[in-house]
Amino acid sequence: MSAIAGAVGRLVDHFESGLDAPICLTWELTYACNLACVHCLSSSGRRDPRELTTSECKALIDELQRLQVFYVNIGGGEPTVRGDFWELVEYATAHQVGVKFSTNGSRITDEVAARLAASDYVDVQVSIDGATAEINDAVRGRGSYATAVRAMERLASAGFVGFKLSVVITRENAAQLDEFKAIADRYRAQLRLTRLRPSGRGADVWDRLHPTAAQQREVYDWLVAHGEQVLTGDSFFHLSGFGQPLPGLNLCGAGRVVCLIDPVGDVYACPFAIHDEFLAGNVRAPGGFTHVWRDSELFLDLRRPQSGGACASCGLFDKCRGGCMAAKFFTGLPVDGPDPECVLGHGERLLAARGDAPAPRPSVDMSRRRPRRARGKALSIADVGALPARPCDESPVAGTSIG
Amino acid sequence: MPAAADVDLDRAWGLDRQVALRPEPFGALAYHFGTRRLSFLKSRVLLDVVETLEQHSSAREACHAAGVGVDELPRYERALGSLAQAGMIRPREEL
Repeated sequence: MSAIAGAVGRLVDHFESGLDAPICLTWELTYACNLACVHCLSSSGRRDPRELTTSECKALIDELQRLQVFYVNIGGGEPTVRGDFWELVEYATAHQVGVKFSTNGSRITDEVAARLAASDYVDVQVSIDGATAEINDAVRGRGSYATAVRAMERLASAGFVGFKLSVVITRENAAQLDEFKAIADRYRAQLRLTRLRPSGRGADVWDRLHPTAAQQREVYDWLVAHGEQVLTGDSFFHLSGFGQPLPGLNLCGAGRVVCLIDPVGDVYACPFAIHDEFLAGNVRAPGGFTHVWRDSELFLDLRRPQSGGACASCGLFDKCRGGCMAAKFFTGLPVDGPDPECVLGHGERLLAARGDAPAPRPSVDMSRRRPRRARGKALSIADVGALPARPCDESPVAGTSIG
Repeated sequence: MPAAADVDLDRAWGLDRQVALRPEPFGALAYHFGTRRLSFLKSRVLLDVVETLEQHSSAREACHAAGVGVDELPRYERALGSLAQAGMIRPREEL
Protein backbone atom coordinates (compact mmCIF):
# COMPACT_ATOMS: atom_id res chain seq x y z
CA MET A 1 0.00 0.00 0.00
CA SER A 2 2.51 2.63 -0.89
CA ALA A 3 3.71 4.79 -3.65
CA ILE A 4 5.69 7.97 -3.63
CA ALA A 5 7.91 8.32 -0.57
CA GLY A 6 7.18 5.18 1.41
CA ALA A 7 5.00 5.06 4.47
CA VAL A 8 1.39 6.17 4.68
CA GLY A 9 2.31 8.83 7.23
CA ARG A 10 1.40 12.22 5.85
CA LEU A 11 -1.63 10.84 4.05
CA VAL A 12 -3.41 10.40 7.34
CA ASP A 13 -3.91 14.17 7.47
CA HIS A 14 -5.79 14.04 4.18
CA PHE A 15 -7.89 11.14 5.36
CA GLU A 16 -8.76 12.92 8.59
CA SER A 17 -10.21 15.81 6.67
CA GLY A 18 -12.22 13.42 4.49
CA LEU A 19 -12.27 12.41 0.84
CA ASP A 20 -14.73 13.27 -1.93
CA ALA A 21 -16.04 9.72 -1.72
CA PRO A 22 -15.39 6.85 0.68
CA ILE A 23 -12.49 4.50 -0.05
CA CYS A 24 -14.69 1.62 0.87
CA LEU A 25 -18.15 1.43 2.11
CA THR A 26 -20.15 -1.12 4.00
CA TRP A 27 -23.61 -1.82 2.70
CA GLU A 28 -25.86 -3.98 4.80
CA LEU A 29 -28.35 -5.20 2.20
CA THR A 30 -30.83 -6.70 4.62
CA TYR A 31 -31.41 -7.15 8.32
CA ALA A 32 -32.80 -10.61 7.58
CA CYS A 33 -30.59 -13.41 8.83
CA ASN A 34 -30.91 -17.14 9.27
CA LEU A 35 -28.51 -17.04 12.21
CA ALA A 36 -28.81 -15.10 15.46
CA CYS A 37 -25.20 -14.50 16.51
CA VAL A 38 -25.07 -13.17 20.04
CA HIS A 39 -22.67 -10.37 19.12
CA CYS A 40 -24.32 -9.26 15.85
CA LEU A 41 -23.15 -5.70 15.22
CA SER A 42 -26.37 -4.82 13.41
CA SER A 43 -28.87 -6.64 15.68
CA SER A 44 -30.06 -8.54 12.62
CA GLY A 45 -32.77 -11.14 12.38
CA ARG A 46 -35.91 -9.92 10.67
CA ARG A 47 -36.25 -8.19 7.34
CA ASP A 48 -37.24 -4.54 7.46
CA PRO A 49 -40.20 -4.08 5.11
CA ARG A 50 -38.84 -0.68 4.08
CA GLU A 51 -35.67 -2.25 2.62
CA LEU A 52 -34.34 -0.59 -0.54
CA THR A 53 -35.97 -2.15 -3.60
CA THR A 54 -33.98 -3.75 -6.39
CA SER A 55 -34.24 -0.64 -8.55
CA GLU A 56 -33.27 1.63 -5.65
CA CYS A 57 -30.22 -0.58 -5.04
CA LYS A 58 -29.27 -0.37 -8.70
CA ALA A 59 -29.63 3.42 -8.70
CA LEU A 60 -27.35 3.52 -5.66
CA ILE A 61 -24.79 1.35 -7.47
CA ASP A 62 -24.93 3.79 -10.41
CA GLU A 63 -24.18 6.58 -7.97
CA LEU A 64 -21.28 4.67 -6.40
CA GLN A 65 -19.89 4.12 -9.89
CA ARG A 66 -20.04 7.85 -10.59
CA LEU A 67 -18.22 8.48 -7.29
CA GLN A 68 -15.62 5.82 -8.19
CA VAL A 69 -16.16 3.86 -5.02
CA PHE A 70 -14.02 0.91 -6.09
CA TYR A 71 -15.73 -1.70 -4.01
CA VAL A 72 -18.40 -2.22 -1.41
CA ASN A 73 -18.39 -4.58 1.52
CA ILE A 74 -21.81 -6.12 1.42
CA GLY A 75 -23.16 -7.59 4.61
CA GLY A 76 -26.33 -7.76 6.63
CA GLY A 77 -27.94 -9.73 8.04
CA GLU A 78 -27.14 -12.54 5.68
CA PRO A 79 -27.08 -10.73 2.34
CA THR A 80 -27.56 -13.86 0.24
CA VAL A 81 -31.10 -14.35 1.57
CA ARG A 82 -32.24 -11.39 -0.52
CA GLY A 83 -33.92 -12.78 -3.62
CA ASP A 84 -32.10 -10.27 -5.83
CA PHE A 85 -28.69 -10.73 -4.21
CA TRP A 86 -26.90 -12.25 -7.22
CA GLU A 87 -28.61 -9.84 -9.57
CA LEU A 88 -27.25 -6.93 -7.54
CA VAL A 89 -23.76 -8.44 -7.35
CA GLU A 90 -23.73 -8.83 -11.12
CA TYR A 91 -25.07 -5.33 -11.62
CA ALA A 92 -22.37 -3.86 -9.36
CA THR A 93 -19.49 -5.68 -10.99
CA ALA A 94 -20.79 -4.76 -14.46
CA HIS A 95 -20.63 -1.13 -13.31
CA GLN A 96 -17.04 -1.13 -12.01
CA VAL A 97 -18.08 -1.46 -8.39
CA GLY A 98 -16.31 -4.48 -6.95
CA VAL A 99 -18.05 -6.53 -4.28
CA LYS A 100 -16.80 -8.25 -1.20
CA PHE A 101 -19.65 -9.88 0.63
CA SER A 102 -19.81 -11.43 4.07
CA THR A 103 -21.69 -14.64 4.54
CA ASN A 104 -22.26 -17.37 7.07
CA GLY A 105 -21.80 -19.76 4.14
CA SER A 106 -25.27 -21.24 4.14
CA ARG A 107 -25.94 -20.44 0.49
CA ILE A 108 -22.54 -21.25 -0.96
CA THR A 109 -23.48 -24.27 -3.05
CA ASP A 110 -21.01 -25.93 -5.45
CA GLU A 111 -22.59 -24.01 -8.28
CA VAL A 112 -22.31 -20.66 -6.48
CA ALA A 113 -18.72 -21.44 -5.50
CA ALA A 114 -17.81 -22.12 -9.12
CA ARG A 115 -19.41 -18.88 -10.27
CA LEU A 116 -17.60 -16.90 -7.56
CA ALA A 117 -14.27 -18.50 -8.39
CA ALA A 118 -14.67 -17.38 -11.99
CA SER A 119 -15.17 -13.70 -11.14
CA ASP A 120 -12.31 -11.29 -10.56
CA TYR A 121 -14.63 -8.67 -9.21
CA VAL A 122 -16.28 -10.58 -6.39
CA ASP A 123 -14.65 -11.51 -3.12
CA VAL A 124 -16.20 -13.59 -0.37
CA GLN A 125 -15.76 -13.45 3.34
CA VAL A 126 -16.90 -16.45 5.37
CA SER A 127 -17.42 -15.81 9.07
CA ILE A 128 -16.48 -18.10 11.91
CA ASP A 129 -15.88 -17.04 15.49
CA GLY A 130 -14.25 -20.15 16.85
CA ALA A 131 -11.59 -22.48 15.43
CA THR A 132 -13.66 -25.32 16.84
CA ALA A 133 -17.39 -25.98 16.52
CA GLU A 134 -17.82 -25.73 20.27
CA ILE A 135 -16.45 -22.21 20.58
CA ASN A 136 -17.93 -20.99 17.30
CA ASP A 137 -21.41 -22.38 17.80
CA ALA A 138 -21.71 -20.89 21.29
CA VAL A 139 -21.66 -17.48 19.63
CA ARG A 140 -23.08 -18.12 16.15
CA GLY A 141 -25.54 -20.93 16.81
CA ARG A 142 -25.55 -24.71 16.53
CA GLY A 143 -24.48 -26.05 13.17
CA SER A 144 -23.00 -22.77 12.01
CA TYR A 145 -19.40 -24.01 12.18
CA ALA A 146 -20.16 -27.01 9.98
CA THR A 147 -22.00 -24.75 7.54
CA ALA A 148 -19.07 -22.35 7.28
CA VAL A 149 -16.54 -25.16 6.87
CA ARG A 150 -18.63 -26.72 4.12
CA ALA A 151 -18.73 -23.35 2.32
CA MET A 152 -14.95 -23.01 2.59
CA GLU A 153 -14.47 -26.53 1.24
CA ARG A 154 -16.69 -25.70 -1.72
CA LEU A 155 -14.89 -22.43 -2.45
CA ALA A 156 -11.51 -24.14 -2.21
CA SER A 157 -12.50 -27.03 -4.47
CA ALA A 158 -13.92 -24.58 -7.00
CA GLY A 159 -10.44 -23.03 -7.12
CA PHE A 160 -11.29 -19.75 -5.38
CA VAL A 161 -7.92 -18.68 -4.02
CA GLY A 162 -7.68 -15.93 -1.46
CA PHE A 163 -11.23 -15.65 -0.22
CA LYS A 164 -11.42 -14.30 3.31
CA LEU A 165 -11.97 -16.14 6.55
CA SER A 166 -13.34 -13.54 8.93
CA VAL A 167 -13.09 -13.84 12.68
CA VAL A 168 -14.21 -11.54 15.49
CA ILE A 169 -11.73 -11.96 18.32
CA THR A 170 -13.37 -12.79 21.64
CA ARG A 171 -12.24 -13.87 25.07
CA GLU A 172 -13.18 -17.45 24.05
CA ASN A 173 -11.24 -17.61 20.80
CA ALA A 174 -8.29 -15.27 21.45
CA ALA A 175 -6.08 -18.28 22.18
CA GLN A 176 -6.94 -19.84 18.80
CA LEU A 177 -5.26 -17.37 16.45
CA ASP A 178 -2.74 -19.93 15.20
CA GLU A 179 -5.55 -22.39 14.58
CA PHE A 180 -7.55 -19.81 12.62
CA LYS A 181 -4.48 -19.14 10.51
CA ALA A 182 -4.07 -22.87 9.89
CA ILE A 183 -7.71 -23.16 8.78
CA ALA A 184 -7.28 -20.22 6.41
CA ASP A 185 -4.08 -21.74 5.00
CA ARG A 186 -5.78 -25.11 4.54
CA TYR A 187 -8.40 -23.54 2.25
CA ARG A 188 -5.96 -21.13 0.60
CA ALA A 189 -7.94 -18.31 2.17
CA GLN A 190 -6.72 -15.16 3.84
CA LEU A 191 -7.39 -14.63 7.52
CA ARG A 192 -9.17 -11.46 8.57
CA LEU A 193 -9.36 -10.66 12.27
CA THR A 194 -11.58 -7.93 13.63
CA ARG A 195 -12.35 -6.43 16.95
CA LEU A 196 -15.46 -7.24 18.98
CA ARG A 197 -17.39 -4.01 19.38
CA PRO A 198 -20.20 -3.37 21.84
CA SER A 199 -22.43 -2.55 18.85
CA GLY A 200 -25.84 -4.05 18.13
CA ARG A 201 -26.37 -7.19 20.21
CA GLY A 202 -22.65 -7.02 20.90
CA ALA A 203 -23.55 -4.54 23.63
CA ASP A 204 -25.23 -7.35 25.57
CA VAL A 205 -22.22 -9.67 25.53
CA TRP A 206 -19.27 -7.30 25.33
CA ASP A 207 -18.52 -7.33 29.08
CA ARG A 208 -18.26 -11.07 29.03
CA LEU A 209 -16.73 -11.67 25.60
CA HIS A 210 -14.28 -8.86 24.92
CA PRO A 211 -10.66 -9.98 25.30
CA THR A 212 -9.00 -9.46 28.67
CA ALA A 213 -6.16 -6.96 28.99
CA ALA A 214 -3.64 -9.81 28.89
CA GLN A 215 -5.27 -11.25 25.77
CA GLN A 216 -5.17 -7.87 24.05
CA ARG A 217 -1.42 -7.79 24.51
CA GLU A 218 -1.15 -11.30 23.03
CA VAL A 219 -3.36 -10.31 20.10
CA TYR A 220 -1.18 -7.27 19.45
CA ASP A 221 2.02 -9.34 19.49
CA TRP A 222 0.45 -11.91 17.20
CA LEU A 223 -0.66 -9.22 14.75
CA VAL A 224 2.80 -7.64 14.73
CA ALA A 225 4.38 -11.03 14.09
CA HIS A 226 2.05 -11.74 11.14
CA GLY A 227 2.12 -8.26 9.62
CA GLU A 228 0.33 -7.78 6.32
CA GLN A 229 -0.41 -11.49 5.87
CA VAL A 230 -3.43 -11.01 8.06
CA LEU A 231 -6.16 -8.46 7.36
CA THR A 232 -7.73 -6.48 10.17
CA GLY A 233 -9.85 -3.79 8.54
CA ASP A 234 -7.79 -1.42 10.67
CA SER A 235 -9.67 -2.81 13.68
CA PHE A 236 -6.93 -2.80 16.24
CA PHE A 237 -5.30 0.59 16.05
CA HIS A 238 -6.39 1.14 19.65
CA LEU A 239 -3.68 -1.41 20.54
CA SER A 240 -0.89 0.39 18.69
CA GLY A 241 0.13 2.02 21.97
CA PHE A 242 1.76 -1.30 22.91
CA GLY A 243 4.63 -0.58 20.51
CA GLN A 244 5.03 -0.16 16.79
CA PRO A 245 1.91 0.83 14.83
CA LEU A 246 0.00 -2.05 13.27
CA PRO A 247 -0.28 -2.19 9.47
CA GLY A 248 -3.01 0.11 8.17
CA LEU A 249 -4.01 3.71 8.48
CA ASN A 250 -4.27 3.73 12.27
CA LEU A 251 -7.08 6.19 12.45
CA CYS A 252 -10.82 6.14 12.93
CA GLY A 253 -12.18 6.32 9.39
CA ALA A 254 -15.80 6.97 10.41
CA GLY A 255 -17.35 9.50 8.03
CA ARG A 256 -13.90 10.27 6.65
CA VAL A 257 -12.95 7.27 4.52
CA VAL A 258 -15.68 4.76 5.44
CA CYS A 259 -19.37 4.71 6.23
CA LEU A 260 -22.33 2.38 6.42
CA ILE A 261 -25.45 2.26 4.29
CA ASP A 262 -28.10 0.20 6.06
CA PRO A 263 -30.91 -1.83 4.44
CA VAL A 264 -33.39 1.07 4.47
CA GLY A 265 -30.82 3.49 3.04
CA ASP A 266 -29.81 5.20 6.25
CA VAL A 267 -26.19 6.33 6.17
CA TYR A 268 -24.19 5.97 9.38
CA ALA A 269 -20.64 7.05 10.11
CA CYS A 270 -19.45 3.47 10.39
CA PRO A 271 -20.80 -0.10 10.50
CA PHE A 272 -20.41 -0.19 14.26
CA ALA A 273 -22.35 2.98 14.94
CA ILE A 274 -26.00 2.24 14.23
CA HIS A 275 -27.39 4.96 16.46
CA ASP A 276 -29.20 8.24 15.77
CA GLU A 277 -26.12 10.12 17.02
CA PHE A 278 -24.17 8.78 14.05
CA LEU A 279 -26.93 8.92 11.45
CA ALA A 280 -25.91 11.30 8.67
CA GLY A 281 -28.92 11.01 6.34
CA ASN A 282 -30.69 8.68 3.92
CA VAL A 283 -29.89 7.81 0.32
CA ARG A 284 -33.59 8.20 -0.58
CA ALA A 285 -33.53 11.92 0.24
CA PRO A 286 -32.84 14.53 -2.46
CA GLY A 287 -29.17 14.59 -3.40
CA GLY A 288 -28.83 10.90 -2.56
CA PHE A 289 -25.76 9.36 -1.04
CA THR A 290 -23.41 11.92 -2.55
CA HIS A 291 -25.10 14.75 -0.71
CA VAL A 292 -25.01 12.83 2.59
CA TRP A 293 -21.33 12.00 2.18
CA ARG A 294 -20.23 15.48 1.14
CA ASP A 295 -22.55 17.80 3.01
CA SER A 296 -24.11 16.17 6.06
CA GLU A 297 -23.46 18.10 9.23
CA LEU A 298 -22.37 14.97 11.06
CA PHE A 299 -19.75 13.96 8.51
CA LEU A 300 -18.41 17.49 8.17
CA ASP A 301 -18.10 17.58 11.94
CA LEU A 302 -16.26 14.24 12.07
CA ARG A 303 -13.75 15.62 9.55
CA ARG A 304 -12.84 18.64 11.65
CA PRO A 305 -9.63 18.38 13.65
CA GLN A 306 -10.31 16.43 16.84
CA SER A 307 -8.95 17.72 20.11
CA GLY A 308 -8.18 14.36 21.68
CA GLY A 309 -10.11 15.43 24.79
CA ALA A 310 -8.98 13.65 27.93
CA CYS A 311 -6.38 11.75 25.87
CA ALA A 312 -4.70 14.83 24.37
CA SER A 313 -1.91 14.92 26.95
CA CYS A 314 -1.18 11.18 26.75
CA GLY A 315 2.14 10.25 25.19
CA LEU A 316 0.50 7.43 23.23
CA PHE A 317 -2.23 9.55 21.65
CA ASP A 318 -0.40 9.81 18.34
CA LYS A 319 -0.49 6.04 18.09
CA CYS A 320 -4.01 5.10 19.18
CA ARG A 321 -5.76 8.43 18.54
CA GLY A 322 -8.16 7.68 21.34
CA GLY A 323 -9.34 4.42 19.80
CA CYS A 324 -12.77 3.51 18.48
CA MET A 325 -15.63 5.99 18.69
CA ALA A 326 -18.31 3.30 18.59
CA ALA A 327 -16.63 1.23 21.31
CA LYS A 328 -16.60 4.25 23.57
CA PHE A 329 -20.13 5.34 22.78
CA PHE A 330 -21.81 1.99 23.33
CA THR A 331 -19.97 1.37 26.59
CA GLY A 332 -21.17 4.75 27.83
CA LEU A 333 -17.77 6.44 27.77
CA PRO A 334 -17.20 9.97 26.41
CA VAL A 335 -16.21 9.81 22.74
CA ASP A 336 -13.35 12.26 23.32
CA GLY A 337 -11.79 10.11 26.05
CA PRO A 338 -9.98 6.78 26.18
CA ASP A 339 -11.11 3.62 24.42
CA PRO A 340 -12.66 1.04 26.79
CA GLU A 341 -9.72 -1.22 25.90
CA CYS A 342 -7.08 1.52 26.28
CA VAL A 343 -3.70 -0.21 26.63
CA LEU A 344 -2.90 1.92 29.66
CA GLY A 345 -6.08 0.79 31.42
CA HIS A 346 -7.69 4.25 31.48
CA GLY A 347 -10.82 2.91 29.81
CA GLU A 348 -11.20 0.08 32.26
CA ARG A 349 -10.96 2.49 35.18
CA LEU A 350 -13.61 4.74 33.66
CA LEU A 351 -15.88 1.76 33.04
CA ALA A 352 -15.47 0.66 36.65
CA ALA A 353 -16.35 4.16 37.80
CA ARG A 354 -19.49 4.16 35.66
CA GLY A 355 -20.79 1.13 37.51
CA ASP A 356 -24.22 0.06 36.25
CA ALA A 357 -25.22 3.36 34.66
CA PRO A 358 -27.02 2.48 31.40
CA ALA A 359 -25.11 2.92 28.14
CA PRO A 360 -26.77 4.08 24.88
CA ARG A 361 -28.66 1.35 23.03
CA PRO A 362 -28.57 0.86 19.25
CA SER A 363 -31.33 2.68 17.36
CA VAL A 364 -32.23 -0.37 15.30
CA ASP A 365 -33.01 -3.82 16.64
CA MET A 366 -34.36 -6.38 14.20
CA SER A 367 -33.55 -9.36 16.43
CA ARG A 368 -36.06 -12.14 16.13
CA ARG A 369 -38.37 -12.31 19.11
CA ARG A 370 -40.23 -15.43 18.12
CA PRO A 371 -39.24 -19.01 17.35
CA ARG A 372 -37.80 -19.50 13.89
CA ARG A 373 -40.70 -21.53 12.54
CA ALA A 374 -43.01 -18.55 12.96
CA ARG A 375 -40.99 -16.59 10.47
CA GLY A 376 -41.87 -15.90 6.86
CA LYS A 377 -41.01 -18.31 4.10
CA ALA A 378 -38.60 -15.93 2.40
CA LEU A 379 -35.99 -16.48 5.06
CA SER A 380 -36.00 -20.23 5.34
CA ILE A 381 -32.74 -21.85 4.41
CA ALA A 382 -32.69 -25.58 4.10
CA ASP A 383 -28.95 -25.80 3.98
CA VAL A 384 -28.09 -24.50 7.40
CA GLY A 385 -28.96 -27.58 9.40
CA ALA A 386 -30.36 -27.65 12.88
CA LEU A 387 -30.64 -24.25 14.46
CA PRO A 388 -31.96 -23.46 17.89
CA ALA A 389 -35.64 -22.62 18.15
CA ARG A 390 -34.56 -19.62 20.14
CA PRO A 391 -31.07 -18.22 19.98
CA CYS A 392 -30.89 -18.05 23.75
CA ASP A 393 -31.56 -21.76 24.19
CA GLU A 394 -28.23 -22.73 22.77
CA SER A 395 -25.85 -20.06 23.85
CA PRO A 396 -24.27 -19.73 27.25
CA VAL A 397 -23.59 -16.07 26.56
CA ALA A 398 -26.94 -14.96 25.20
CA GLY A 399 -29.37 -13.38 27.61
CA THR A 400 -26.77 -11.50 29.59
CA SER A 401 -27.32 -7.78 29.56
CA ILE A 402 -25.49 -4.70 30.65
CA GLY A 403 -28.37 -2.39 29.75
CA MET B 1 10.51 -1.95 0.46
CA PRO B 2 10.53 -2.12 -3.31
CA ALA B 3 13.87 -1.47 -4.92
CA ALA B 4 14.37 1.06 -7.68
CA ALA B 5 15.32 -1.86 -9.92
CA ASP B 6 11.64 -2.81 -10.11
CA VAL B 7 11.09 -0.35 -12.88
CA ASP B 8 13.21 0.27 -15.94
CA LEU B 9 12.66 3.92 -16.78
CA ASP B 10 13.76 3.41 -20.35
CA ARG B 11 11.07 0.88 -21.12
CA ALA B 12 7.53 1.62 -22.24
CA TRP B 13 4.97 1.15 -19.44
CA GLY B 14 1.22 1.30 -19.06
CA LEU B 15 -1.55 0.99 -16.52
CA ASP B 16 -2.83 -2.54 -15.96
CA ARG B 17 -6.23 -3.00 -17.59
CA GLN B 18 -7.82 -3.92 -14.27
CA VAL B 19 -6.71 -0.78 -12.48
CA ALA B 20 -8.89 2.24 -11.82
CA LEU B 21 -7.53 5.62 -10.74
CA ARG B 22 -9.48 8.10 -8.63
CA PRO B 23 -7.98 11.58 -8.37
CA GLU B 24 -7.85 13.00 -4.83
CA PRO B 25 -6.50 16.29 -3.46
CA PHE B 26 -3.31 14.52 -2.31
CA GLY B 27 -2.80 12.61 -5.56
CA ALA B 28 -4.92 9.60 -6.33
CA LEU B 29 -6.16 6.23 -5.22
CA ALA B 30 -5.35 3.30 -7.45
CA TYR B 31 -7.37 0.13 -7.12
CA HIS B 32 -6.62 -3.18 -8.80
CA PHE B 33 -9.82 -5.17 -9.31
CA GLY B 34 -7.93 -8.42 -9.81
CA THR B 35 -5.69 -8.37 -6.76
CA ARG B 36 -8.06 -6.12 -4.77
CA ARG B 37 -5.11 -4.02 -3.73
CA LEU B 38 -5.30 -0.34 -3.05
CA SER B 39 -2.32 1.94 -3.60
CA PHE B 40 -1.92 5.61 -2.84
CA LEU B 41 -0.35 7.94 -5.34
CA LYS B 42 0.95 10.67 -3.13
CA SER B 43 1.18 13.50 -5.63
CA ARG B 44 -0.82 14.89 -8.53
CA VAL B 45 2.33 14.85 -10.64
CA LEU B 46 2.70 11.12 -10.07
CA LEU B 47 -0.92 10.71 -11.16
CA ASP B 48 -0.07 12.65 -14.28
CA VAL B 49 2.90 10.40 -14.97
CA VAL B 50 0.89 7.21 -14.45
CA GLU B 51 -2.03 8.39 -16.57
CA THR B 52 0.20 9.34 -19.47
CA LEU B 53 2.62 6.38 -19.39
CA GLU B 54 0.98 4.90 -22.46
CA GLN B 55 1.45 8.00 -24.53
CA HIS B 56 5.20 7.88 -24.16
CA SER B 57 7.88 5.53 -25.39
CA SER B 58 9.46 5.30 -21.96
CA ALA B 59 8.65 6.02 -18.33
CA ARG B 60 11.48 8.53 -18.31
CA GLU B 61 9.83 10.46 -21.08
CA ALA B 62 6.48 10.39 -19.27
CA CYS B 63 8.16 11.80 -16.15
CA HIS B 64 9.85 14.49 -18.16
CA ALA B 65 6.62 15.49 -19.90
CA ALA B 66 4.87 15.73 -16.52
CA GLY B 67 7.52 18.17 -15.37
CA VAL B 68 9.50 15.89 -13.05
CA GLY B 69 12.96 17.45 -12.60
CA VAL B 70 16.18 15.44 -12.77
CA ASP B 71 16.74 15.71 -9.02
CA GLU B 72 13.22 14.41 -8.34
CA LEU B 73 13.54 11.48 -10.71
CA PRO B 74 14.82 8.94 -8.15
CA ARG B 75 11.71 9.53 -6.02
CA TYR B 76 9.48 8.91 -9.00
CA GLU B 77 11.49 5.87 -9.97
CA ARG B 78 10.89 4.41 -6.51
CA ALA B 79 7.20 5.24 -6.66
CA LEU B 80 6.80 3.66 -10.09
CA GLY B 81 8.78 0.69 -8.80
CA SER B 82 6.34 0.07 -6.01
CA LEU B 83 3.42 0.45 -8.41
CA ALA B 84 5.06 -2.08 -10.72
CA GLN B 85 5.60 -4.44 -7.83
CA ALA B 86 1.93 -4.15 -6.90
CA GLY B 87 0.99 -4.96 -10.49
CA MET B 88 -0.61 -1.55 -11.00
CA ILE B 89 1.61 -0.73 -13.98
CA ARG B 90 3.20 -3.20 -16.40
CA PRO B 91 5.71 -3.14 -19.24
CA ARG B 92 3.70 -2.18 -22.33
CA GLU B 93 4.32 -5.46 -24.15
CA GLU B 94 2.71 -7.36 -21.24
CA LEU B 95 -0.52 -5.40 -21.37
